[in-house]
Amino acid sequence: MSAITRPVLNKKQVEMNHLLHEAPREKHFITGAQAMAEAVKRANVDMAIAYPITPQSEVMHLVGDVFAQGHIKEYYRAEEELGTMSAIAGASRAGIRLFTATSGPGLLRGLEAIVSWPGHRVPAVLGILTRVVNAPLSIQPDNIEMAYMMHCGAVMLHAENQQDTFDFTLAAFAIAEKVDVYIPVAVATEGFFVTHAKGYVNMMSEDLVYKEFDPVASPVPAMDNETPPARIQRDAPVQKSNFMSYLIHSVWQQEIWDSNSRAMKYIYEYLGGPIEVQNPGSDVMILASGCAAAQAREAHRYAQEDGLSVGFVKVRAIRPFPRDEIREALKTAKTVIVPEHNIIGWLCTEVKAAIPNGGIVHEGPRVFGGMTLPVELIMFEIYEALGIEHKMKL
Amino acid sequence: MSKKISVGPAGYMPQSAPSMGVELAPEGSALLYGETVTPEEAMRDAAIALLTNDNPTIFPGPQVLWDWKEDVAEKSAAILDLASEIPNCKIIPMPDYRPKYPKIDVKAEINPNHPNLTILDNKIKACVFVGVHCHYANLTLRMIRAGTSCYTIALCAYMGHEEAMASIRDLHASDITKFKEIIIEERNKLGIKWETTLPPENPSLPKEDNSTLSPADYGEYRSLIMTKKGEHITDAE
Repeated sequence: MSAITRPVLNKKQVEMNHLLHEAPREKHFITGAQAMAEAVKRANVDMAIAYPITPQSEVMHLVGDVFAQGHIKEYYRAEEELGTMSAIAGASRAGIRLFTATSGPGLLRGLEAIVSWPGHRVPAVLGILTRVVNAPLSIQPDNIEMAYMMHCGAVMLHAENQQDTFDFTLAAFAIAEKVDVYIPVAVATEGFFVTHAKGYVNMMSEDLVYKEFDPVASPVPAMDNETPPARIQRDAPVQKSNFMSYLIHSVWQQEIWDSNSRAMKYIYEYLGGPIEVQNPGSDVMILASGCAAAQAREAHRYAQEDGLSVGFVKVRAIRPFPRDEIREALKTAKTVIVPEHNIIGWLCTEVKAAIPNGGIVHEGPRVFGGMTLPVELIMFEIYEALGIEHKMKL
Repeated sequence: MSKKISVGPAGYMPQSAPSMGVELAPEGSALLYGETVTPEEAMRDAAIALLTNDNPTIFPGPQVLWDWKEDVAEKSAAILDLASEIPNCKIIPMPDYRPKYPKIDVKAEINPNHPNLTILDNKIKACVFVGVHCHYANLTLRMIRAGTSCYTIALCAYMGHEEAMASIRDLHASDITKFKEIIIEERNKLGIKWETTLPPENPSLPKEDNSTLSPADYGEYRSLIMTKKGEHITDAE
């Protein structure tokens, strides 16, 4: 192996609240992929492991550049996604800060390892740059893969745009590493629509970094011979033992979901809460997450110009799901419209289950397979819901 | 006072305390039966439980059993002082988190994979967990609440534990000393006569004789042991 000479950087370590809320920021015009890599640059990451897949490739390529610039201690390209995600779990045992990212089929290939991260208390950050997973093969955006991630216990944030991608990725490291959370945080956003499109992102100086990872402040011991008890690989923390092992597996699963729910207070602290609400109390509420929230926001603006009783809810946190917050935001709504970038409508299903009157939740509009989501599609549903005559032809 | 959680047995597969609405206490506070209270209030209730329930026991975990960090020795000494003031208190360690094969020695240790065995066999009705990593403490406390009638106390260096009947967070040696003083006060109020006495030695652990120690004594871990200068080990895997 050839040695890589990288500069040694002298950066100021600060708390996450300072980074996110106090440090002065400058406006940049960058892609979502650049925004994610810029967040990693400021997160004091110890190790990033990559395996390329479109549309994620650009993120991990840029993270490789960030490594070459000296902002990350270790970086390598793994064999494939199962190897990548397994290596993340292994590296985490040593007590370090980790980042990786993937897309669509890559996420599903790595899923066996990823769904074991929460139980193994791996506080890594995973970027999910969404892409079609169904046949026929396509590299286009579609976020159905998030449905597969929703039941493993990981915290999941869904970014609307480049700015969210930057802020969520940075905050994810702090949320993941809290002793009472200590599970992975996935930051998802739509491939291409966000990753390959430019938007304005306000960023703090790259001379500031999040404080160094503390392997001792952990709910499980790091695997070394200095932290008691020395954890030996052959002594798995849970093995099939006597009948009590079923009980420990049950309470272990409970503990992961409890840890997931404990993350909520940090979502408030760092990101201002799991949802954003505009015009609460309106007859029609448009509720969306990720890139669909951008179109929903625009539809909301159109509706305001028309003087319609329409409100807007953006969901930042998919897990923990903001059940109480959404109930409150939708309590007087007559119709809820949930635009999504997938065929099954996973967000729609979640919202229906969260509120007592799920019948008011309208199925869609949905686009998938790489289709864009025109604002007119949402306006059509708004006019229909309010019984307004219109001449829209879709 | 209202109780969000109470001493078990809570049942076959009970809800976790967080899912029943128990939230970790903020800095400067403690939890008592799932409600936020002052640390002193939690300590007083815990003290009475340790003084009035059968077979009070302290379960020290790895973080206070090994002298691995600056403040640990002071904390461990404070735990011994605490144990000395609780009448007939035992100390049973949780030295690591591996399942014990073929059978755990319940007089010698407690294990997060089956903590009920130690609690039930020793008829422990009040216990203190200290120095156990938070993940394993939560699992253990939940299983004890599920299957036993033991009052649990968590002394935690971080944010505390929702599952314990009494939970103290951000623990320092001075907090353990304060807890000891409260125990003495409550003991005097209850009229319990007791002279400061260290708990009995662990009955199952053989006396250590390091003079004859050899790598073979480390069994499967012997590869981790550095050889002595000039020593040549021929018997290896």
